Parts: sequence; C-alpha cells; structure tokens
Amino acid sequence: MSLGAGTVGAGKTARPSMKLLRGIATQLGTLCLTILGLLFVTFFIGRVVPIDPVLAIAGDRATPELIEKIRAELGLDLPLYQQFWNYLVKIAHGDLGNSVLTAKPIIQDIATYFPATIELAVAGTLIGVLAGVPLGVISAARQGRWIDHVVRVVALAGYSVPVFWLGLVGLLVFYVKLDWVSGPGRIDAVYEYIVEPRTGFMLIDCILAGDWEAVKNALSHFVLPALILGYYSMAYIARMTRSFMLEQLNQEYIVTARVKGVSERAIIWRHAFGNIRVPLITVIALSFAHLLEGTVLTETVFAWPGIGLYITHSLFGADLNAVLGGTIVVGVSFVILNLLSDALYTLLDPRARAA
Amino acid sequence: MIERLMRGAALAALGLTFAALVGGQATAATPKDTIVMAKTMDDITSLDPAEVFEFTGGEVINNVYVRLMTYDPADFTKLIGGAAESWSVSDDGKTFTIKMRQGMKFTTGRPVTAKDAAFSLQRVVALGKSPAFILTQFGWTAANVKEMVSAQDDGTLILKTATAFAPSFVMNCLSAGIGSVVDSEEALKNAKDNDFGYNWLRTNSAGSGAYKLVAWKPKESVVLEANPGFYRGEAKTKRIIIRHVPEATAQRLMLEKGDADIARNLTADQLKAIAGDSKLTVNSTGKGTIYYLALNQKNEALAKPKVREAVRWAIDYQTMSSTFLAGQYGVHQGFWGKGSAGSLDDTPFKFDAAKAKALLAEAGYPNGLELDLDAGNTTPHADIAQSVQSTFAQAGIKVNIVPGDIRQVLTKYRARNHQLLLMYWSPDYLDPHSTADFFTNNPDNSDGAKAKTGAWRNAWDIPDLTKETAAAVLERDPQKRIAMYIDLQKKVQADSPIVVMFQQTEQAALRTEVKNFILGPSFDTPVYWQITK
Repeated sequence: MSLGAGTVGAGKTARPSMKLLRGIATQLGTLCLTILGLLFVTFFIGRVVPIDPVLAIAGDRATPELIEKIRAELGLDLPLYQQFWNYLVKIAHGDLGNSVLTAKPIIQDIATYFPATIELAVAGTLIGVLAGVPLGVISAARQGRWIDHVVRVVALAGYSVPVFWLGLVGLLVFYVKLDWVSGPGRIDAVYEYIVEPRTGFMLIDCILAGDWEAVKNALSHFVLPALILGYYSMAYIARMTRSFMLEQLNQEYIVTARVKGVSERAIIWRHAFGNIRVPLITVIALSFAHLLEGTVLTETVFAWPGIGLYITHSLFGADLNAVLGGTIVVGVSFVILNLLSDALYTLLDPRARAA
Repeated sequence: MIERLMRGAALAALGLTFAALVGGQATAATPKDTIVMAKTMDDITSLDPAEVFEFTGGEVINNVYVRLMTYDPADFTKLIGGAAESWSVSDDGKTFTIKMRQGMKFTTGRPVTAKDAAFSLQRVVALGKSPAFILTQFGWTAANVKEMVSAQDDGTLILKTATAFAPSFVMNCLSAGIGSVVDSEEALKNAKDNDFGYNWLRTNSAGSGAYKLVAWKPKESVVLEANPGFYRGEAKTKRIIIRHVPEATAQRLMLEKGDADIARNLTADQLKAIAGDSKLTVNSTGKGTIYYLALNQKNEALAKPKVREAVRWAIDYQTMSSTFLAGQYGVHQGFWGKGSAGSLDDTPFKFDAAKAKALLAEAGYPNGLELDLDAGNTTPHADIAQSVQSTFAQAGIKVNIVPGDIRQVLTKYRARNHQLLLMYWSPDYLDPHSTADFFTNNPDNSDGAKAKTGAWRNAWDIPDLTKETAAAVLERDPQKRIAMYIDLQKKVQADSPIVVMFQQTEQAALRTEVKNFILGPSFDTPVYWQITK
C-alpha cells in the first residue's frame, strides 16, 4: 500500500519535473538555434559587404605580399562555408577572435564596453518604468482630462524628438548654461586613471575605490544620458501602459465591478492594472533590450564608450570580428531577456502556469 | 497597495533625479599641468612604431619616440637630426654613416645607442607591417636587413642601400614613424615568440620622446606623461590626455566650458561660430593632404585628352573652397602640398562651363556624357560630390553619385571598377617621392599587377613618367631633384586622370591660454612638448 502510494506519489512529482526538463530543453534548443541563426546572418552580411576587411588591418599603402599574408592569416582566402565553420569552432571554444581596431581579444573589449551600456540601459529602464507606468495608468484613468493630454504630449515628444538633438540640447542647457551636470565622458579626466576598473561599472568602481569625490563626479556625468534614455523609455512605456489600461477599463468586468460599488481606486489598480502586468513585462523587456543595442546616438553625443558605439565604430572600420562579437552579445542579451520575460509570465499569469 | 507602490516609485524617481542633478554639480576647467584634448581618436590600432600608420597613432608616437631624423618645429621645410646628430654619405651613395646624439636616454633610464637604432630599423623590416615599405624600398629585406643596417659602435649607425638613392630621400624617410628609436632591451624583455616585442609595444611605449605612454584605452583615451629626461628639455605640460569625443558639437561644448583645452574636429560652421569668442582661438596649418578627382582611363570617354581637360574646367574649385570647405580646404592643383619643398602652387584651372562644353564637343560629345561618381557618404566627400554633380551638369556631363562608406569606395578604387571617384591622398613621409610614387609610377598596367598605385588604379599607362619618377628619387643634386618633381606635377596638372582640387588645412580650436601647439604639415607631425597653459 505504502509502496503503491509511494509509486503514485512519485509519478505525480515526476510528471511536472519531466515537463520542466522538457521546457528547459525546448528553451535551450530555441536559444541555440536563435544564436546560430544570428551568427549565420551576421557572418554572411559581414562577408558580402563590398569592403575588403584586409584594408582595415593593412591599410591602403601595404605591399601586395603583406595584403595576401594577412588575408591568409585571417582565413579569408578559404571558401565561405569553411570560414563560417572555423568561426563556429572558435566560438565553441570561447574565442571571439581579436579586434583589429583595439588590438585586444573581443571578449576583453566586450567586458570593457558592455558594462558602460548596461549602466545606462538599467538606469534608463528604471526611470522609464518608475515614471512611465504611473503616468500611463493615471492618463488612462483620467482619459480626456488635462493630465491625459499632458502625458500624451510628453510621451509623443519622447517618441518623436531625435535622441541626438535632445542629447545636445541637454548638454547645452544642463552642462553649459546651468552647470548642473558634467559634460561628455564617464568621469573627469583627473579621476580617470585614479579609479581602478574592477567591474567596468564606473559608479560601482568609484564606490569600491572609496573615492566619494569620484563617485559624485561619475554621477554628474551619468545623470544626463541616463535621464535622456529614461525619457525615451518612459515615453514608450507610458504610451503602452495607457493603451493597455484603456483596453481593460472598457471591459465588461470593469462595468460589473463599478455596478457592484467597488471603489475606483481598486478598479484601476487591483482589477485593471492586475491584468496588464503580463503584456507590460514584454514592453519593459523590449524597452530594455532596445536601450542595450540602440544607445549608439546617446553614446556618440556623450562620448560614452558603450557597446553601441563599439559595434558602430567596428562596422565603419570593417572590423568584422568585433561586429560579430558585439552582435552576438546583444543577440544573446535579447534571447535571455526573452526567456526571463517568459519566466515572469509564468509567475504572474495563472493561465500560463496551468498550460 | 500597488497604487501606493507606484506613487512612491514615481516620487523616488523624481527625487533621485533631483538629487543627482543637484548633488553632482560639475566642476569645469582642467588642471594647470594637464592638457585635455577632445579628438576623434578611434583610428588608433597600434602604438608600435613599426606598425603605426593612422593619424592619431602617428601623432602619439611622434611625441613618445624620437626619430632618427625630424623637422624643425619652427620651419618644417628644415630637416634636422633627431636621435641622429650628424650623417655622411659614401662616394658611391650607398652607405650612410650616422653619428648618434650623445647623452640621450630612454624613459627606462637606458642610454639611446646606435644598437637601439639598428634594432628599431631591423624590426620594422622583419615584422613587415604596413609602413615597412618605407624602408624596404632601400633594398632591405628580412633576410639582409642585419647586414644592411648595423651599429659600428654605440655611437655610430651604418646604413647600406641597394641603390644610390638621393641622400635627401633616404634621410627624409628616416623622419617617418618607422625611424623611431625603440629601447631594444625593453622591447626584447617583453618579446614573445620572436615578435621583437611587437605585441607589447602595441599598447606600451619604450621611447625617449617628450612623453611616456601611460595608458591607451581604445576608443576612449590616451594618457601621456612628460619625460623629465627628454633631450630638448622637459615638456612644459606634465600630462596630455587625449579623449575620444566623436561628436563635434560635444567637443565644442567641452572646449567652451573649459573641460577640454583643445578641440581637434570642429566643423567649419563651428569654427566660424567661435571666432568671436575671446576665450577661444583657432590654429590653422596647411597639411600635405590633397583632395582629387580620379578618372578611370578604362572608360572610353575619360581616356580622351579633351574630355580630361573639359573635366578640369567643369569644377568650381573657388566656390567650394570659399563656402562649405572654408578654412578646411584651399584650392591647390599640384600633387605635392604647398609649404613643403617641391610644391607646384600654380592654379591654372577655374570653373568655366562654356569652355568645358566646347572641349566636350571637340572630343566628340556635343550632347554631353553620363558618368558615375563614387564618393564617401560623409563630409566633405558628399558635399564635394554634390558640387561636382551640379557644375558638371552645367558643362553637359550628367553625374550619378554613388555614395558609400569611404572604405567601400577605396575597395572599388583598388579594383579599378569606378568611372569618376573622389579621394584624398596624404604622404607617408615628407619627401615628394612619397606622392610621386603613387601618382606617376605605374610599372605594370595589367589587371593582375602587384603595385596598385594611383596611376594603376586609373589604368593610366605611363612608361615615360614612370622612368622620370624613378630618376627623380636617385637625383643627388637637391635643386635638380626639386625641379624634377615640379616638372612631374606640371605634367599631371596639364593632362592626367588625376585632377587635384584642394589641399587640406587642419584647424584646431584652443582655449586662449593654451600656447605653442604645433600641428605641422603631416598627419604625424603635431608636437606637444612646447605646449604651455
């Protein structure tokens, strides 16, 4: 009996674990296929652009012998499929190759530049969520009133004004005229080589160094680009939140709740907002992912050495290894964010759990 | 609950923003002993003198190493000794005896000797990086370089050349970056797999120049610190920080605010706008870089002399130079830039649409022509292309602009797949042969030729000019040699597929308290050691 019960019990626990394992395997399979697809597309685009990558290394004045030597060293004289296979083998060994333009392994470059972008993207998303979600909810709840109009105009401006222009105007006003923040760069030149780069995150490194003047200085460099990215993130999140909320507020269950005398506050925050949390996660994840790869203009204006600027410079410099490496990192970040938002769905949506 | 949370979150966001704004008030102005230079400096790929061939890298190593030969910063037409104190040439013109400057020391404290100089030249040839051709043209190869370049003793360097070149040519070549003297002991201490210290020297320095490389963060910054033992006296400014600021407007704001002392990449409009600012000044210097229109001789129409002449009259040099290129490019029609010995400064061509039209008719094109023009998609290429398109249309030539990344344009140029193409040229070293070798030398015009010179790229078959170019580099009489280069330029100017249009002027914007920043005529001639603030 006990054995039988035990067997039944074991069967009941085994099924969900199998399901979980299958789920993880599916996700891993998807991850691998996505990355392989990404590598394939990026690699072949990199090879068919009408720019000779050897020029980036050897320069226009190099002798023909040197050009051929470098071409052979890079394996560019091999058939494309063989080049791609060699590349995959190297990646499987954790080797993304060396950058032509920085003379360093790509992995090392990414460890330097990616934290600068993550720093900005995290701050931008935090500002975007903390300001955008409440504004979106309030705007929907007060549809057609002045607060709704203000939020819509602010959000529309955030969508329409070029980030490049806004960055420059921000510098002119807050850096040059008002002197509230510091200018381009992550920290003043005087601190740059005092603070030891331990994590790559400037603020954290300054704190670890215990240099509070440097922390203050880094913060004053950080705040403006973070706010500008936060504004763009806020504009997107506020618009989407408003739209999701309006959809919910027009549902019959809301009418029923009102008829039953539920307070307006409870209707908005418990009933309607409770139901938009899942799609909102996708919006926030997308916004964060966009900030990870789409900050190149902000990085250019603020001389912020992040991954967007790294990939763009590498692209212009025909540094294909660096472009591929950077793209892989951004692509993998997208996939991971996607997985995370899927996991959050399961947590927040009972229907997803049941499925 | 959620409402309270969200309201709190919004307040916290506002609070954090305010705290950051107020708490992080900026302190402008750079330290008195430090120069902060805002520059687009993502072109550095290496700081090893055997490899450096990029603008910013060349500039940095000019201040970190002492070259065997250099130029007088007060007058760049005067070639003077750097690590070399004096030199003599054997009667057969093939052996150069160079006496090293006494008392010079590397930043490591070791003395600078002829052995270091020999090692430095030998490693350039052995490593065979892009600028190595400047030395291999003397007949030096990895196999014979130890025999051709040797140290007789600590103070005497012996150089042998395979051919009796013009002495001025050889000495000018030694003023290029590859002439930098590296501390051989330090390089070998850091060598791996017989690389002569190459991998280490890409990111470190072992020189005796005015500054020592403290750090290079790619696409971020370069920090240099003064070398107290510099043979011309310790630099006035203790530290130079070059910061990568890719956006010109950001450079301007930093300069105006005092966070940068020098801004190197302001646009013509920005330079005009700061002209009235009493806190700022602009330093303008003519560079050796020239800008030209290339005409592929594989194109039937462009191979006709009358069409080539028509093209020369169909360009509005003056208007471009006085409008969108103002202060940055001046009209120049010889291939060797003004300001260096041997330049041809005549500008016989000007815009004359009627004359161009008549010449086209004489060439057999009374109804005009249609041609593709490859040009870079950035400033100034795109602007120049538009002007050319507009004035060519007036002369009867319909131009289709094919914009592309400049490397894409270059790749097409090297494959001779263009019709018209806009390109620039910057000499590799301050000798006219550097440029003549590109424009008037084409030993093999076949598609499979190894030497892809400018003449080859335009399929310009010129056996006579090739011979004249070879003769000029051997001419030992300096005056005659100069005359030969002027003659070559006159021929290129009168009729060739190379239509030289402009010479670059480099402009750096400085805070007025910054003095004595010398840019010099070449990409690798800026001098930092005299800068004061």
